[in-house]
Amino acid sequence: MLTKRIIPCLDVKDGRTVKGIRFEGLRDAGDPVALAAQYARQGADELVFLDITATNQKRQTLVALVRDVARELDIPFTVGGGISAVADVEALLLNGADKVSINSAALQRPALIDELARRFGSQCIVVAVDARSTPEAGWQVYTRAGTQATGRGAVQWCREAADRGAGELLLTSMSHDGTKDGFALEVTGAVCAAVTVPVIASGGAGRLEHFTSVFEQAGADAGLAASIFHFGEVGIPELKQHLHSNGIPVRL
Amino acid sequence: MEIAVIDYKGGNVQSVLFALERLGVQATLTAEPDAIRRADKVIFPGEGEAASAMRELRAQGLDQLLPTLTQPFLGVCLGMQLLGRHSEEGDTELLGILPFDVQRFQPDAQHKVPHMGWNTLRNLRSPLFRGLREDDYVYFVHSYYAPVGAYTIAEGAHPGPFSAAVQHQNFYAVQFHAEKSGPVGTRILQNFLDL
Repeated sequence: MLTKRIIPCLDVKDGRTVKGIRFEGLRDAGDPVALAAQYARQGADELVFLDITATNQKRQTLVALVRDVARELDIPFTVGGGISAVADVEALLLNGADKVSINSAALQRPALIDELARRFGSQCIVVAVDARSTPEAGWQVYTRAGTQATGRGAVQWCREAADRGAGELLLTSMSHDGTKDGFALEVTGAVCAAVTVPVIASGGAGRLEHFTSVFEQAGADAGLAASIFHFGEVGIPELKQHLHSNGIPVRL
Repeated sequence: MEIAVIDYKGGNVQSVLFALERLGVQATLTAEPDAIRRADKVIFPGEGEAASAMRELRAQGLDQLLPTLTQPFLGVCLGMQLLGRHSEEGDTELLGILPFDVQRFQPDAQHKVPHMGWNTLRNLRSPLFRGLREDDYVYFVHSYYAPVGAYTIAEGAHPGPFSAAVQHQNFYAVQFHAEKSGPVGTRILQNFLDL
């Protein structure tokens, strides 16, 4: 049976991991390769690297990072963050990234999803969607690192992205991100019901039970989190044991 | 030992090369018929779309060469599907080394397409899986599959059974990404190198 996936997300800047990661037994927590290998040993099913570098050197440092990670890591990983050109996607995949995630560029020009899916196959194209709920408009999609409203409904955009060839959706609730109060079950469930591609839920994870809920109630295929893993608030082995004892299929 | 990894712009070959590097073997990425024929082992990776992959193989004459190889050969992911007769993906004629027709998964509420993530292997019957247990997990990413047949040496399920691995004579192939399947995948690659 296909398992639910647990995915730590690492923010990287200029080739280094950011967000003051505390990790026992790791001499250099800023080294993405060492951190990735540590997560793989603990049983992470996949990793996501989100590049927040803003300089012109971005492309070269990201490609070099992908190569270093791919050399070490024997589980799949996705790379995202400001990727907008077909050439960038090609360089990342050729250097060992398994999947590439696009966000703002797809909103700006949705046909980019079709082009990337045709060229590289749907299986490696993830569309990341940042959504926020407001009382007036419901769940809306935001762009430019969540700073700008697009006027698009979250469920409708997810459906369009999947129809255009996205092989997976990474749905982040900005309303829940950082709260540690649990995932956005309602919108995640609505997206899962609207598409037939896998959905990664992101934003709001704080405790073990939050993962149980997002898998059981919302039907997510994977749960992504960052700081709770980085700070050791939730350990991946204990999380997987918890899911297993609740009857949720996981790779132990 | 000379390992040839076939270069036909099939995508994600780098991960296969790195996995072999972690096993301490140096592989050559090549489309040269002589280098491929001469190699002790041949690995045929692949990711992407069947029709364009077959076009590329034909352009390089590899569609003629590959069926004639006699050394241990390992197809991976799309590199497994291409060994069949025909694929629904782009209505594509394949290499015809194994007698299967590749079909598309039909999604339902519980079973999404692509079949993406970690799933179990069952009914293991090959030296390729020495040291593995039934229900060990490997990593899959695919929307098309080969049905189960006499050539099947491991099964997966999504939800119906499909060929997770196949074999005909020296031609072995796995649908999952052995190079991305943690210690289990590493063991399978090592077993192939030991054949």
